[in-house]
Amino acid sequence: MSGPCAVILPGDRLHLQHGPIDLVIGVTGDRRAAFAAAQARFATILDELVTELALLRRLVGDAPLGAVAGMMHRAVLPHKDGIVTPMAAVAGSVAQAVLAAMVAAAPLSRAYVNNGGDIALHLTGTETFRLAVAAPDGTDLGRIAIGAGDPVRGIATSGQGGRSLSLGIAEAVTVLARSAAEADVAATLIANAVDLPGHPAIRREKASDVQPDSDLREHLVVTRVGALSTSERDAALDRGLAMAQNMAARGLIEGAALFLRGGSRVTGLPGTDISKGKTLTHA
Amino acid sequence: MPDDLKSPDDKAAEKIRCDACPVMCYIADGKSGACDRYANHAGELVRLDPLTVIQSGAQAVAFLDQGENAQDWDGDVIQGSRTFVTAVGAGTTYPDYKPAPFIVSQEVEGVDMVTVVTEGIFSYCGVKVKIDTDRHIGEERAIVRVDGEAIGHVMTAEYGSKMLSLGGVEHLTGGSKKEGRVTCDALLRLCNREAVEMVIDDGVTMIVQAGHAPIINGVTEKLMRVGCGSATIGMFAKQWHGHVDEVVVVDDHITGVLTEHEAGKGLEMSPSGIKINGRRSTPGRYFQVAEPGTGWGGTNVEDPLTILKPADPKVARPGMRLLMISTTGEQWAYYILDEDLVPRKAEITPPLLAVAERIAENCEPSLCSVLFMGGAGGSLRAGVTENPVRLTRSVKDALTYVSCGGAEAYVWPGGGITVMVDVMDMPTNSFGYVPTPALVAPIEFTLRREDYGTLGGHVNHIQPVATVIRKDNRRVAPNASQPDPQDSRNYRWTKGAK
Repeated sequence: MSGPCAVILPGDRLHLQHGPIDLVIGVTGDRRAAFAAAQARFATILDELVTELALLRRLVGDAPLGAVAGMMHRAVLPHKDGIVTPMAAVAGSVAQAVLAAMVAAAPLSRAYVNNGGDIALHLTGTETFRLAVAAPDGTDLGRIAIGAGDPVRGIATSGQGGRSLSLGIAEAVTVLARSAAEADVAATLIANAVDLPGHPAIRREKASDVQPDSDLREHLVVTRVGALSTSERDAALDRGLAMAQNMAARGLIEGAALFLRGGSRVTGLPGTDISKGKTLTHA
Repeated sequence: MPDDLKSPDDKAAEKIRCDACPVMCYIADGKSGACDRYANHAGELVRLDPLTVIQSGAQAVAFLDQGENAQDWDGDVIQGSRTFVTAVGAGTTYPDYKPAPFIVSQEVEGVDMVTVVTEGIFSYCGVKVKIDTDRHIGEERAIVRVDGEAIGHVMTAEYGSKMLSLGGVEHLTGGSKKEGRVTCDALLRLCNREAVEMVIDDGVTMIVQAGHAPIINGVTEKLMRVGCGSATIGMFAKQWHGHVDEVVVVDDHITGVLTEHEAGKGLEMSPSGIKINGRRSTPGRYFQVAEPGTGWGGTNVEDPLTILKPADPKVARPGMRLLMISTTGEQWAYYILDEDLVPRKAEITPPLLAVAERIAENCEPSLCSVLFMGGAGGSLRAGVTENPVRLTRSVKDALTYVSCGGAEAYVWPGGGITVMVDVMDMPTNSFGYVPTPALVAPIEFTLRREDYGTLGGHVNHIQPVATVIRKDNRRVAPNASQPDPQDSRNYRWTKGAK
């Protein structure tokens, strides 16, 4: 069995990997101390989660014991819907836990932990974080700038482009929230909501047939999306938008951008230049 | 086979439990675990990995198992055996799009070699397919369809083979969205050695899979003919001589008639008076004896007597022995002329049967060959150098060696870097796609470090090979049929020129 490993990537970034977790980390400040703290925290994180994995894969209910598991549980609790499990926030929670370890160990003006698109942010003073949003084929869809004065500290992207199973057809849903764990679960659920139930061009399989131990159990996950008309695409996006607006109204998220087949919907992201309805072309 | 994959026959459809990390996923056959790095391939746990490494030497390279940090690795990689990093799984966008994801250097025979490893997105790409068959699959220029969408066409035939040209930018992006998607999907499957069913307009339905015999209208092709009908006469005339009075080798291109043929005359055989339909080209060689089809020798002939005209009564005589055979020896029929000079079916004699079997034995197994062809565009070349055209010149000057997944790529003359490579020489599953639609294919450029600097390469990004190799890289054995990309003999500078 392979253990956690660490590599320095070009641009003074740290890449940590263990099993299904890949973190890319960048800091402004005492890099050596921060990276050492990140590596130390990361060393046990997967083992901690695995000890409570069975509980974390069940519907959100009893509070787990571990610190990261607890973060997942708390992030998912407000979204209780009879389907969602704490696993919906696992990526964001891991990013957040590693970020917290770095911030506690070293004075940093700016830091990020990117866990496969679920990003935890640390921003102080005049520092900003500029996020490029890309379609699954790499097309640039625009930029989101986050300043230290904004409440946003977590960004997550979910959808068919990612490696988690999705109940919906969204190519990508990017959510900004106060924490990475909260952004993660919200992105997952909004991406699930971008859907056209019963549409013949959408192929679905039982999650357990795709990944036998998926926390989505017998729920039907989307495995292929065929041709959709523009009006169908828009209808699917609007379903997702309604959920995003509802979450924003409840204060669970700060904003969201939804993408499907060249169409998009945006809520609560003032001052961004996310393109609306831009046709995707080859770079 | 460069990979250590099990043959698909010994399928264990069971779920397996992955022990690569503490998550211990159960993985169903044909699926991957939560990490997308390990998969169940017919009951065997395999890596679907970021980076594929071709490793020389039988022995696996030992890494420090506890490797908390890549820099801790002992560097034995280079001393123990030479490793070539392929672009399979290198990723175009992760961790960086530009420059190319991995620019690795390695000392080879005293020359510091640099390999620029990238997965290119190819909108300008397609496949050329060679199908070893004499059967008529469709007219040249006929459209080839998958799911009703045009993905390419039949091109001019080659020796013993039909040729298809599939994909290309017009089908990928020039037609409807569905046409592009279907074309991309068919190319991807062909390149990854999967079977693709295609229908040719006014022709056959065919299943094509690289490295396998074609299945034409439900029939698996077995043999590739040994030669045209005329050539077959030339090769086997001596073996027939004395056992038969006439042999007709039925062929869609050139049907051969033994006694009229130069080879029969050389054996001083007497004319038989057997007359053939079709257009006589030179003595004993006939064109267009029937329509093209899936019967004898690539014609539409099911009963070979249909290509004969009544025998010449001045020459033919009752009791004459006639053998009719196809170019692959798979079909044959033996006749004796009756009182009215009409051929009557008779039992073949052992010497003639032996020759029929020898013809079949001399035919090679019929195969589908799939060659990927793609052009490295400006943006891909920009990942290698700040001045893309210099890379093209360096390739043309034989200072840069181009490979795809470690397999030698043929570089077309003329402008650009347009390459062609046999997918069977590449590691399995070397290809991916983007929804644009376009194929993602591995491509590596290998050259001397100093030449890399000269052409404006991203020299600041060169990393020693040991730092990009991780213990979880997929490892494949070198393909013995392929040159080592780092072999100095690939380069002009070993031939004395500078």
